[in-house]
Amino acid sequence: MQNIMLRRRAGTDAPYLHHRQHRDAPLERRPCENPLTKAWSEHKKQSGNRRIERTAKMLDSFALVPCFHNEPRAGQHRRRCESPLQNHSDRRFRSRPGEGKGGRSRYQGPGIQIGGKENRHSVSEMKRLVMSVACRNLHDLALPFKLLTFARRSPQAATSKLPEPPIEPRQTGPQHPKFRAPSMRAFCMILAVLLMDRSSAFASTLAPDYSREIRPILADHCFACHGPDEKARKGGLRLDLRDDALHGGKSDGPAIVPGHPEKSALLQRILTTDTDDVMPPTGEKHPVKSQHTELLRRWIAAGAPYSKHWAFESPIKSPLPSRLKQNSSAAIDHFVQARLAKAGLRPSPAASPEQMARRLYLDLIGLPPSPAETARFVSEARKNLGTAVESLADRLLASEHFGEKWARQWLDAARYADSNGYEKDLMREQWAWRDWVIQAYNRDLPYPQFIVEQIAGDLLPGRTQDQLIATGFFRNGMINEEGAIVPEEFRMEGNFDRMDTLGKSVLGLTLQCAQCHSHKFDPISHEEYYGLFSFINNSYDAQSRVYNSEQQERIAKLQATLDDVDRRVRESRPHWAAELDAWGKQVLDTSDRYDWKVIEAEDLHSTSELNHPTTLPDGSILTLGHRTVSGDVYMIAQPAMENITGLRLEIFTHGDLPYDGPGRSFLGTWALSELIVEAKRPGSNQWTALRLAQATADFSEPDGSMEPEWSNKSLDKDGKRRRGPVAYLIDTNDLTGWRADRGRGRRHTESVAVVQFETPQTLPRGTKLKFSLRMNHGGDNNGDKNTMVGRFRLSTTTHPHPSAPPVDYAAILALRVPEARRTDKQRRTLFAAWRHSVPALKSFNEEAEAAWKPYPDPVTSILHLAERGPEDPRETRRLDRGQWNRPKETVRPQVPAVLHPIEPGNLPRRLAFAQWLVDQRSPLAARVAVNRVWQALFGRGLVETSEDFGLRGAEPSHPELLDWLAVDFMEKGWSHKQLIRGIVTSATYRQSSRVTPEQQEKDPGNQWLARGPRFRAEAEVIRDIALAASGLLSPCIGGPSIFPPVPQNVLDFNFFGMDYWIPAQGPERYRRSLYVFRKRSMPDPALSTFDAPNADTSCARRPRSNTPLAALASLNEPVFVEASQALALRILREGGATDARRADYAYQLCVGRAPRPSEKQALLELLDSRRKKISEGWLNANELATGDPSRRASLPEKTTPRDAAAWAVASRVLLNLDETLTKH
Amino acid sequence: MNLAQEIRRETARLITRRWFFRDCGVGMAALATQSLLAREKRPSKSPGNPLAPRAPHFQGKAKRVIYLFQAGAPSHLELFDPKPELTKRDGQLPPADLLKDYRAAFIKPNSALLGPKYKFAPRGQCGMELSEILPFTSEVADELCLVRTMQTEAVNHAPAQIMMNTGSQIFGRPSFGSWTLYGLGSEGENLPGYVVLTSAKGTSGGASNYGCGFLPTLYSGIPLRPTGDPLLYLSNPRGFDLETQRASLDTLRELNQASLNVNGDPETAARIQNYEMAYQLQTSAPELLDLSKEPRHVLDLYGIQDPKQPGFARNCLLARRLAERGVRFVQLFHEAWDQHGNLTKAIKQNCVDTDRASAALIKDLKQKGLLDSTIVLWGGEFGRTPMVQGGNDGRDHHNRAFSIWMAGGGLKRGHVHGESDELGFNAVRDAVHVHDLHATLLHLLGFDHRKLSHRFQGLDMRLTGIAGEVVPGLLA
Repeated sequence: MQNIMLRRRAGTDAPYLHHRQHRDAPLERRPCENPLTKAWSEHKKQSGNRRIERTAKMLDSFALVPCFHNEPRAGQHRRRCESPLQNHSDRRFRSRPGEGKGGRSRYQGPGIQIGGKENRHSVSEMKRLVMSVACRNLHDLALPFKLLTFARRSPQAATSKLPEPPIEPRQTGPQHPKFRAPSMRAFCMILAVLLMDRSSAFASTLAPDYSREIRPILADHCFACHGPDEKARKGGLRLDLRDDALHGGKSDGPAIVPGHPEKSALLQRILTTDTDDVMPPTGEKHPVKSQHTELLRRWIAAGAPYSKHWAFESPIKSPLPSRLKQNSSAAIDHFVQARLAKAGLRPSPAASPEQMARRLYLDLIGLPPSPAETARFVSEARKNLGTAVESLADRLLASEHFGEKWARQWLDAARYADSNGYEKDLMREQWAWRDWVIQAYNRDLPYPQFIVEQIAGDLLPGRTQDQLIATGFFRNGMINEEGAIVPEEFRMEGNFDRMDTLGKSVLGLTLQCAQCHSHKFDPISHEEYYGLFSFINNSYDAQSRVYNSEQQERIAKLQATLDDVDRRVRESRPHWAAELDAWGKQVLDTSDRYDWKVIEAEDLHSTSELNHPTTLPDGSILTLGHRTVSGDVYMIAQPAMENITGLRLEIFTHGDLPYDGPGRSFLGTWALSELIVEAKRPGSNQWTALRLAQATADFSEPDGSMEPEWSNKSLDKDGKRRRGPVAYLIDTNDLTGWRADRGRGRRHTESVAVVQFETPQTLPRGTKLKFSLRMNHGGDNNGDKNTMVGRFRLSTTTHPHPSAPPVDYAAILALRVPEARRTDKQRRTLFAAWRHSVPALKSFNEEAEAAWKPYPDPVTSILHLAERGPEDPRETRRLDRGQWNRPKETVRPQVPAVLHPIEPGNLPRRLAFAQWLVDQRSPLAARVAVNRVWQALFGRGLVETSEDFGLRGAEPSHPELLDWLAVDFMEKGWSHKQLIRGIVTSATYRQSSRVTPEQQEKDPGNQWLARGPRFRAEAEVIRDIALAASGLLSPCIGGPSIFPPVPQNVLDFNFFGMDYWIPAQGPERYRRSLYVFRKRSMPDPALSTFDAPNADTSCARRPRSNTPLAALASLNEPVFVEASQALALRILREGGATDARRADYAYQLCVGRAPRPSEKQALLELLDSRRKKISEGWLNANELATGDPSRRASLPEKTTPRDAAAWAVASRVLLNLDETLTKH
Repeated sequence: MNLAQEIRRETARLITRRWFFRDCGVGMAALATQSLLAREKRPSKSPGNPLAPRAPHFQGKAKRVIYLFQAGAPSHLELFDPKPELTKRDGQLPPADLLKDYRAAFIKPNSALLGPKYKFAPRGQCGMELSEILPFTSEVADELCLVRTMQTEAVNHAPAQIMMNTGSQIFGRPSFGSWTLYGLGSEGENLPGYVVLTSAKGTSGGASNYGCGFLPTLYSGIPLRPTGDPLLYLSNPRGFDLETQRASLDTLRELNQASLNVNGDPETAARIQNYEMAYQLQTSAPELLDLSKEPRHVLDLYGIQDPKQPGFARNCLLARRLAERGVRFVQLFHEAWDQHGNLTKAIKQNCVDTDRASAALIKDLKQKGLLDSTIVLWGGEFGRTPMVQGGNDGRDHHNRAFSIWMAGGGLKRGHVHGESDELGFNAVRDAVHVHDLHATLLHLLGFDHRKLSHRFQGLDMRLTGIAGEVVPGLLA
């Protein structure tokens, strides 16, 4: 008998298998004397079943049960990883094994302590009790099975003498066994067993459904150690596949013998009382409940049929009865009513037209209807409710506000934010992506296109700027710019987060479990995870400029002008091709003469220690991560130094730099204050500067002072810094620097500088050279205002007089590319460089230069993915335990075998992957999308765990309905609008949301839908309701996020100062909440109290809380207060001349119906009492109405400040009504 | 107000009061909670407020936690871990084998060693060695359980703070305080169960340091702000007096009650209750913050000159007042310790700012009889390198051995746990990983850390992930 345990060995990373022999103290056998054990002996002789024998032994040696306290404790025995995100593997620094532990002296928590005197007593008592009860029923105990069943609880019962353990708080899933008096328990147990076996004749002959009833049990109790994860698998036993289960593990033989529960080790292991053998292991998790054991027994008896998890099978449209319309609303009603009947519930009557109008408005566009709109709908509904709903739905689906409402849930899933997160949490511009999502919903972009453009829009043939913007999806994650981070570590964190996002939003799978090891529950192996990962790993974290359509036209025109110039040049010089060739050869010859030797860095760092530069395969140095406004990046090397005359400094672009670089500033530009070369001879400790002279470059800006955006009080108090000529690079003056910005449209290009040593350098072997690039030209605040070079390379030459040719370096690099492989851009660059070299083409060159001048400044920019080219591929390796710095073997791109296959064809890898995600054959894509829509409308998805459709996710409440809608969704061109229309026109959706006591009792969560949806609106909708009702709402769509007023005490407590947070004034202040700036480390104080997520990670499902702090926010937050003041004036302006009529109007504005008499009365009383208090001088009318005692509200005619004040108080109440805050 | 109105108003008030006292305990509130719990798929164990106190797995020694989080990472070498050998080797390079696979954040590991800037001496009966710049903490040495071998994985502030507070370097997990509140509920009736107090500047980890991650929103830490409204939006709009607020809320309740009569939704009942709770907060929070009734000698104990002056000392006293009022978890954030340079002067100033009040909190809690049931925890997210940074007066981030101290509820007193090597670089005996610390603290609160879980994405998530062992050596 071997019990294989997993123990985490402290001090090492790897868990090791501990083959545990029998307990240290050997079991003492006692002669079997009582009738029970006799019966046992008889049976085991006959059956020869090892398992039963062990159990018999177990019974024999009941008195020895106390030795349980040598048992490893729960959890120490084996652990299931429940936190895939946890960086739990790096335990290098843990204490050595056994420290402070080991043996009996090991600490034992009081919760589960077994053993000690009391227990021994209780165990023997238990034994006596069991025996006596059992013996009385001996004639019934023919089957060993029963014995096993009834005896198995005894170890737990043994703990009954311990103080009553308190209730497990918050334990989800099956509860721990209740601790009750043993006698009662044993008795019930026996009764149950007897009934169970006797009733087998009349027990349901149907096999339990594997997917619904059996797999959840196995998943809960078994799969962690006997599931898909081979590394965690114990005893070689796998239970999630039928063949494997039938074959069994190493120690037991078949785990399942179809038709024979009594021979199936699976069941025996659950039922045995042998603490060595019982499964799940003693102390570990919760034992299998008896009704589940019975289900398992029946299932095995019925032949143990397996089926694939429902979510991995393609959805099928079950036929609807022919009497019904064959559309989605009929299907919804059909399936929902069928389920209601089963639950013994009846559907509710239709909601009132007023309620219906408000529900549709809030659901479809996220804004409440105006009184006029409500009235219109009510009158239409009187004629025909059905058509009224349809026509309103159509109107709202066509509204441009539709996209604003529906974008929000996708923004949550895509973790959209306006800042980078982590410590610095710098501002980012990503709103172009947000606007793309709004428009995608408004355009009703078919879902596959919606996804493909976001995953791989950059790779679509002839991609548009919009499609590039769409790929911002994956870049919505956080960026760590904390000082000195290793960029690769956080690139990997970013990728893990992308996988998580993909899992939650598109696949509906908890992918991240497989980051460190094969998934414990879902069939996704560790290797498959990295297979998926590899589709998105070969990419740059790119940034591009975004132009509006007018600018795009201007750029196209400019390009046309340039093309025209070039065409005319070609016409005027028929031999241009030969000339260009000859010129090219000459340029290359000159350049090659220098025989540049790239210097290999042996050490890279920065004096400030804030930057961690890295070397690329071509010897260039790339600096990512923290962006500093001053300081240096240096490399130490030992190049051969014999007669070295000069250095070449090449400055390169790179896909990970802003706009491809080559600089790291917010423009993608750079400035180099100084290049310093120092030498340290062998044996010396002293760095000595080597003098440089004669700097030349392919291009320098003219001399000038620094522009205002780079002003920096501490580096340059008096604004003395200059920039321009390359000579500034070696003038030993930090206040001057070389810059080579070619201006808008042409700044993202390579540059080169060549410097000479004052005298040729010959240095002894072993001399270390330190090359520092000093950067002292940045602006205030680390981040965007830096002027760092992103990527550079240094080389040496021995040529007597090296210099940089006055030819655009990009052209020289293009010359080195074989002609056939040159890109369009390279061809143009080359042609332009040649054109400039020909004096006769002066006028053409001037014309071209003039064309560049009006190149536009972009409107904004976008972070997006860009694919790495063939010259710079990144292969994906499996990361051991998910650790970024422990790459193992290369992984080929692959998708989980359990899902549909991928057919890459000739497509770029990421594009093929994107298409695979939303392939018609995907069992998940449509279901997940449909479920998200259902969740938005009904408050919970048909699958409640909308982020997890896997084995541990919730079962669908209406499986056929989910599938019907999923298939219909695909058939109707994956149209969100059609899907939504189908749902909102169903009778199910149109039900009243009133909760009857019967419904409350039978279905408090409304999962069977016996009533319409009723829940607190989402954060953004709540704020928008207040703005819309008050008339303050600014209906503009899109654009930069706005800064709402945030209390100073919140702003103050940010790690980094936020001088940019200037609260919006005027209409901007009252933009829809979708546009409220989302700063990750400072969640919006108002919206977050209503559960708006802070975008740290993907959120597929918001919680809905109901707290006093939320009440304070909607009562007192400035924008809510301003809305109540504005609402008061609107009511006075539009609501009529008396308070009674105004009350009607006010109710219409806020809740979309007229007040009931008692409601009106209460409101009028409040108004009267306030008027009285104001008259009496207790309250200041102006202050109530405007927040300022000296400022009078702009009053409508025939109203007084007192009216405005009283109504401001009343309006604040109205905006806080439960009905105002609720979608119902 | 005419008679009829007055009667109606009075009746309404009576109903409010009756409702509040009768139903808040069980009736209506229970109804509300049921729906909340039903959504969370949790059986309702305790009727009433979802934050109502709950029994843990077993009787814990501690009932509450006050966590004095010293963000920025204090140097253990100047404060808690005396290293005479490091003094001797000042200026020398560290042994090469020590640096294998070592990762510092900024410096090259092979930087010269820097001798401790301050002297240590044995303190109290127990003889625990503490730095000369901790004169007040030294006075309570006999109450402290000092751990010199804390370890974490992260070397950058934001991930390390998140790790220390949530058990994971990845954002989006519930904080220790949230887990505690989730498990125990709160005894504070008119205050949030998990209160956050801040001094110095904002933390690297931001709001996620006290976030509730995937737990329901009501388990979030709620900042009690040092300036302005202590709780966000606590003040009524300008011009609203208390009477107007009460009248508004009475009307609101009446109208909401009318809705409830029609819609029958327990959520509405919960909302009615929450507006009343909000009103309670409006009175209880100012009372809490009003230190004018604290006697002068108590203010002196904490070193508080002006009780209105925000800062660490005032927060320590507030922490005691919160503990007295049944708040389950109080967390102070003091982000000031990131001494890459200017170590000698800055760390001394940090001690001037925090030492006296930290020690005062221990003395005060003890004197009030609260120390035995309160865990006080003092420490940052990692330690500092024995190697120098920034000329000759700074230290880089170091995660292999650092010090924290704890006191109170079930912890050993006057005890030093673990030992780092002679340079204060590695733990050589009794290392305590962050997960172990969490496991131990949960144990003291009465939880088996493996069982305090919440199902999220199909997994039973825990504060300690799959790791963590209770450290018996810390337990009294």
